Amino acid sequence: MAAAEPLNTGIGDSVTRVEDSRFLRGLGNYVDDIVLPNQAYAVMVRSPHARATINGIDTSAAAAANGVLAVLTAADFSAYGGLPCGWQVHSKDGEPMTEPKHPILAEGAVRHVGDPVAIVIAQSKTLARKAAALVDVNYTDLPPMVDMQAAVADGAELVHSDTPSNVCFDWELGDEAAAEAAIASAAHVTRLELVNNRLVPNAMEPRSAIGDYNSATGEHTLYTTSQNPHVIRLLMGAFVLSLPEHKLRVVAPDVGGGFGSKIFHYAEEAIVTVASKLVGCPVKWTADRSEAFISDAHGRDHLTTVELALDDNGKFLALRANTLANMGAYLSTFAPAVPTYLHGTLLAGTYTTPAIYTNVKGVFTNTVAVDAYRGAGRPEASYLLERVVDLAAIETGIDPVELRRRNFIQPDAFPYDTPVALTYDTGNYQATLDLALERTDASGFEARKAESASRGKLRGRGLACYIEACGIAPSNIAGALGARAGLYEAATVRVNPTGSVTVLTGSHSHGQGHETTFAQVVSDTLGIPLDNVDIVHGDTGKVPFGMGTYGSRSIAVGGAALANALDKIVLKGRQIAAHLMEASADDVVFKDGQFSIDGTDKSVGFGDVALTAYVPHNFPLETLEPGLEETAFYDPKNFTFPAGAYICEVEIDKETGVIDIVDFHASDDFGNIINPMIVEGQVHGGVAQGVGQALMEGAVYDSNGQLVTGSYMDYCMPRADDLPNVTVSNHVTACTHNPLGVKGCGEAGAIGSPPAVVNAVINALGDFGVKHIDMPVTAHKVWSIMNAKNA
Amino acid sequence: MSVSVSMTVNGKAVAAEVADETLLVTFLRDDLRLTGTHVGCDTSQCGACTIHVNGSAVKACTMLVAQADGCEIDTIEGVSDGETLHPMQQAFKDNHGLQCGFCTPGMVMSALDIVKNNPSPSEQDVREALEGNLCRCTGYTNIVRSILAGAKDMEAR
Repeated sequence: MAAAEPLNTGIGDSVTRVEDSRFLRGLGNYVDDIVLPNQAYAVMVRSPHARATINGIDTSAAAAANGVLAVLTAADFSAYGGLPCGWQVHSKDGEPMTEPKHPILAEGAVRHVGDPVAIVIAQSKTLARKAAALVDVNYTDLPPMVDMQAAVADGAELVHSDTPSNVCFDWELGDEAAAEAAIASAAHVTRLELVNNRLVPNAMEPRSAIGDYNSATGEHTLYTTSQNPHVIRLLMGAFVLSLPEHKLRVVAPDVGGGFGSKIFHYAEEAIVTVASKLVGCPVKWTADRSEAFISDAHGRDHLTTVELALDDNGKFLALRANTLANMGAYLSTFAPAVPTYLHGTLLAGTYTTPAIYTNVKGVFTNTVAVDAYRGAGRPEASYLLERVVDLAAIETGIDPVELRRRNFIQPDAFPYDTPVALTYDTGNYQATLDLALERTDASGFEARKAESASRGKLRGRGLACYIEACGIAPSNIAGALGARAGLYEAATVRVNPTGSVTVLTGSHSHGQGHETTFAQVVSDTLGIPLDNVDIVHGDTGKVPFGMGTYGSRSIAVGGAALANALDKIVLKGRQIAAHLMEASADDVVFKDGQFSIDGTDKSVGFGDVALTAYVPHNFPLETLEPGLEETAFYDPKNFTFPAGAYICEVEIDKETGVIDIVDFHASDDFGNIINPMIVEGQVHGGVAQGVGQALMEGAVYDSNGQLVTGSYMDYCMPRADDLPNVTVSNHVTACTHNPLGVKGCGEAGAIGSPPAVVNAVINALGDFGVKHIDMPVTAHKVWSIMNAKNA
Repeated sequence: MSVSVSMTVNGKAVAAEVADETLLVTFLRDDLRLTGTHVGCDTSQCGACTIHVNGSAVKACTMLVAQADGCEIDTIEGVSDGETLHPMQQAFKDNHGLQCGFCTPGMVMSALDIVKNNPSPSEQDVREALEGNLCRCTGYTNIVRSILAGAKDMEAR
């Protein structure tokens, strides 16, 4: 037999994406593309006020308008629960967080601009929109609580009148006394107050949902723009609408980006599900972009004071960080976990700081809910840490690279227990730093700076060494910390009779390319061509179970489940092959798609084994079931810990303050890499969002609680000519506790880049004595600093 | 009030009675079921709905159907030759110029317009010409690479 051509579609190959052909030809199937027979359209009536009581809602004119099928308000949802929060944080006194009701539609009060009050369902979107304007809501406008510091002050107006204060939780982690003692006696303490600016995720596809009730079967189908359809089925079915799971199917087809904002269970999903049964036809709702700005969960929004204590040699002795974290008006699905367990636990960074203490207060305000957005807590941790380290370098006169090196956890120190509850399994922070320095020609910086100066530009160089935690787990520990869900993943490998493979995965792809990378894992393991593998995701009617995609968990948790299911397939395949070859299964090895017996010329192809499994005429039926399909649930033993070093060089125009990123390099350790092309793309995208946060983006509320950055006219989204070409490099230390040795790569770019960019700007402005500029670092802020100094 | 319109869409004659307030993008998506043209904003800034009207890139959310009466319309669905991708589409695939795919049709339609007006664009030309298209996934690095590669492939043909 001639040697087979290498497939080049396995682990480590930059395979072009399976999903691209349909997207490039306009044949994607996004929720708003779906039109069901007899479908009606819903338009939401939303609060124009940040805080008001509702005295009454007159729906009569709207209900009588042309084409209107129904107008629904909170009264129509009185039988149902509120939207649940999926993570219960406890305060430092042991009390559970304050958890006010999050009604599906406003019940007597509205708490942020955009709070849904009523829904109009009509035969067309235009008719629904026209009728929505006729819904007459009688409000009494109240002064809103917009600013976090005002919200936590004594006597503050309450966002929820039935709560004792606007503090949702008062959480702490670490050793307060040890940190205090070290800070009190340290040779040097660097202090910094900083804002982690509020962001609007802005996936390009607005949220959309279609409810479709089948009265013949009693089954509900919800099509929704979700990153985790099974989670939505569980939350909405069990906790909101009391629909049994076997009568509720949730489909998240092609989804146009998520970045966290499509993890959460939103009111509109429950509304269209209920409405479809009420009006007797499918009901579709699709957000306008303006609506998305005031109804999608926002991200970040921290106010932090951080202190870093150092000894004479620049060794870190202690870190203390006190943070106010905005929750918005209601607790979104995972909001309380973000500034606590996904933030406080990361404050050791890549350093050996022995004493760490953090206090985080979650604060209710009359603003849109804040929840996980790309990185979710880890960008905030990385930002405060890498900013205060850089400032300490300036204050102590120690080179910022050297200061970091002196404090790095050493490569031989793993597994490493941090003082903030994590155990890093592996890493090599020196290696990624060295790589980043080499790739960005560190020694040539002074010459480049002089050349920039000759053109009237201030050049600056900034470094950030980040670490993050992906694939949040294990379930029992997360549960002890307040998670109300499991954090495993499931995968089914269905080998079809002719040897092609269908994978049912609980992970969900909304841009990440799972249909390619997961297929590569199959191709690599089973030795079959990529064309013979189909990855099915996003449908609770097809996929047994799953927790979805967030927190860079897909390959680390979902991929691991797939690897384990494939192992089971190979194990059974060996038993079938052993029978065919009249040998012991222990003697059968599987390689490159062939089952063979070592030291003999006997072999059976994977396809023959598959066919035998389904046509079991020559099959060990007495000891083995026919068929070849295996499922694995994988619950990780630990987080994974991607880390790396990002270096940014900027040029600032002295006349205008305009910042130009002239070089950006990301050196990451993601563990093993399935598809380098896709990983590089993930880093590019993450860096773009991080640069957007650092220089351009910021959600701004005025004192009346109006979102003044409520459209692409006002909210500054990075465009092609705002961003640099990002270069990447990788150093691999394989994850020690999952079968693929992978760590995850989806969020790193957004975590490492904001401090790198801001550090570069501060470095460029060295002559101006500026210690810190809050993000977004706009040209106006920079110009004002330069102009004040020049004046 | 309804109006009668007729136009050519992807080479096929189309005639319809539509409400006079109907946007061209709504007509393409809802009436013709050409759902590759996407709606990503309501202020004509994201470019996800970019199509070609009489050979030039236009955001389909900025036109009423009535204004397109008699026009030649091309959408993303008409770009490939069946399952064989156009060189620009192939360049996006080869250079990983797309992730979630939502902005992609608009990007490809803009890319074709960029290359039509400037067959050998520089990187900076491409970045500036993409001013009207937002992408949240890619950071644009690979979109720019794709368009530069696509331009070369188109010129070579």
